Amino acid sequence: MAKTKKLSGRKRDERITAYAFVAPAVILLIAFLVVPMIYTVYFSGFKYQIMRPDAMKFIGLENYQKLFSDKNFWIALKNTVYFTVLVVPFQCALALGLALLVSKKFRGVSIFRTMYFSPQLTSMVVISVLWTVLYNANPNTGLINSILTSLGMDPIKFLSDADTAMNSIIFMSAWQGAGYQMMIFLAGLQGIPKDQYEAASVDGANKFKQFLYITIPGLKGTIKYVIMITMIQAMKLFTQPYIMTQGGPKNSTKTVVYYIYTQGFQKGNFGYACSIAAVFFVIVVTMSMAMKKVTAATD
Amino acid sequence: MTKSMKFSAKFGKFMFYFGNIVIGIIFVSPLIWMVSASLKPEAKIFANMDSLMTFLPTQASLANYAEVFSRLNMPLVFKNTLLYIGLILVLDLLVNSMCGYALAKFEFKGKGLILNLVIALMVLPMEAIMLPLYIEMSQLGWVNTMAALVIPFVAKCFSIYMFRQFFCDIPDDLIEAAAIDGSSPAGTFFKIVMPISKTVYATVFILDFVAHWNDFMWPFLVMTGEDKRTIQLAVQSFFGTQPVHYSAIMAALVVSAIPMIIMFIFMQKYYVEGIASSGIKG
Repeated sequence: MAKTKKLSGRKRDERITAYAFVAPAVILLIAFLVVPMIYTVYFSGFKYQIMRPDAMKFIGLENYQKLFSDKNFWIALKNTVYFTVLVVPFQCALALGLALLVSKKFRGVSIFRTMYFSPQLTSMVVISVLWTVLYNANPNTGLINSILTSLGMDPIKFLSDADTAMNSIIFMSAWQGAGYQMMIFLAGLQGIPKDQYEAASVDGANKFKQFLYITIPGLKGTIKYVIMITMIQAMKLFTQPYIMTQGGPKNSTKTVVYYIYTQGFQKGNFGYACSIAAVFFVIVVTMSMAMKKVTAATD
Repeated sequence: MTKSMKFSAKFGKFMFYFGNIVIGIIFVSPLIWMVSASLKPEAKIFANMDSLMTFLPTQASLANYAEVFSRLNMPLVFKNTLLYIGLILVLDLLVNSMCGYALAKFEFKGKGLILNLVIALMVLPMEAIMLPLYIEMSQLGWVNTMAALVIPFVAKCFSIYMFRQFFCDIPDDLIEAAAIDGSSPAGTFFKIVMPISKTVYATVFILDFVAHWNDFMWPFLVMTGEDKRTIQLAVQSFFGTQPVHYSAIMAALVVSAIPMIIMFIFMQKYYVEGIASSGIKG
């Protein structure tokens, strides 16, 4: 009798502690994630200039109608998708290649791992400033162009040409980010049993065949995960174009997040910017759910 | 093994090293150039771009670093940055581990709901909510204060999830034994579970430190005062401030990377494990 009483007392203690433990996190998540999310949708139904909060007016779906006929939005969406579609395979392949180079234990392996990871030790801001200098169109001041000209090639305009600006950002971003995914691939490679390779090489399978029939299938889950996180990150592109090109030349590096920033914070069209943010949210969530589905279906 | 096989194995090993060295050097060459340019006088940076000399710090001096420190209030910038990250991390580790522990080890009404909320909110991109969040900050009077940088980012779904995963693996017997010894549920967590969970705390610490050290967009929106700048804002604004001295800019870039490098040296194991484990569990 006494024991059950004690037990139920403990159960009660536990429940009180549980609520006290989850409360701070849950309150903060609701206040600074859920509430702003609801407000994004709410404000998107209003004409809301940040300079004239008194003139806020409900306009229903007008912001969305405007959005779908807004040429600049479609340009920003096209640029974001272009960036994502190119940077994801490029960066993931680069990361996998680097991981294969340093997956086996050999003398000095940790030095090489650190080298490939090192761009991650600087921030995207730092990398963007550095590469703006490296990408300078003048071969006398731009390192990459000076290398190209000394190899007998024509200099490339990189960031100052609408045709090459986004590609330049893609190349740089993949270089900066690959080290991170390399670490994930290294962990994935560790999970493939070594005897599979031994058996294959006894059967006479060359390194390429082993890669194709053992490494790739063994990494399937890791590859999907890496693609998913790289894709979601790519959709949020902002820092690089903000620092390197300010969205130019000719809007060729304006992205969706950049457009949210321009409309909301620079032009003060708050309601309209919220409708862009809401659409952006739907795109990102749909993408990650679709990726999760694909991952679950083929596992 | 025949002679030719031995030779080809050796040759293969040589090519493997050679390939790694070449690729490694090309890979880090932009960073080498950055460090070398930061040590050169401005006039020398672009002087021998057509030779490999451009990667070497000729006439090296720390003059550019002195310029950075005289033009940017670096001690203040570092103070701002480390203070805000420090505050976030202390609260982050406490609040999220408590939540993760409750979700792992306690039974209570609403547990499933909260767990689902945490998982669902993980995909919510900050960029989609930054407009109303900014309004919230300005209504609270937090713009240009530490509160705007810290409080909205204390609770993190990913941290809660990582903590929960870790605490789920702690044997119930241990907690049971502590309870029989008269420890309260909260006491068990703080006195017994926390001390044996250092690895998960270290992992969350380093992942969140890196994320906030690199933070650009949010501080850029809410910290507009020059004396409130974080490191990334200082670097970004220095890039556009007259006079544009590339040598000094490179020095500023190097300075801003030093704390990250120190963190990496000391916490490498946890950092790499944190990155890797996110891939295995995700």
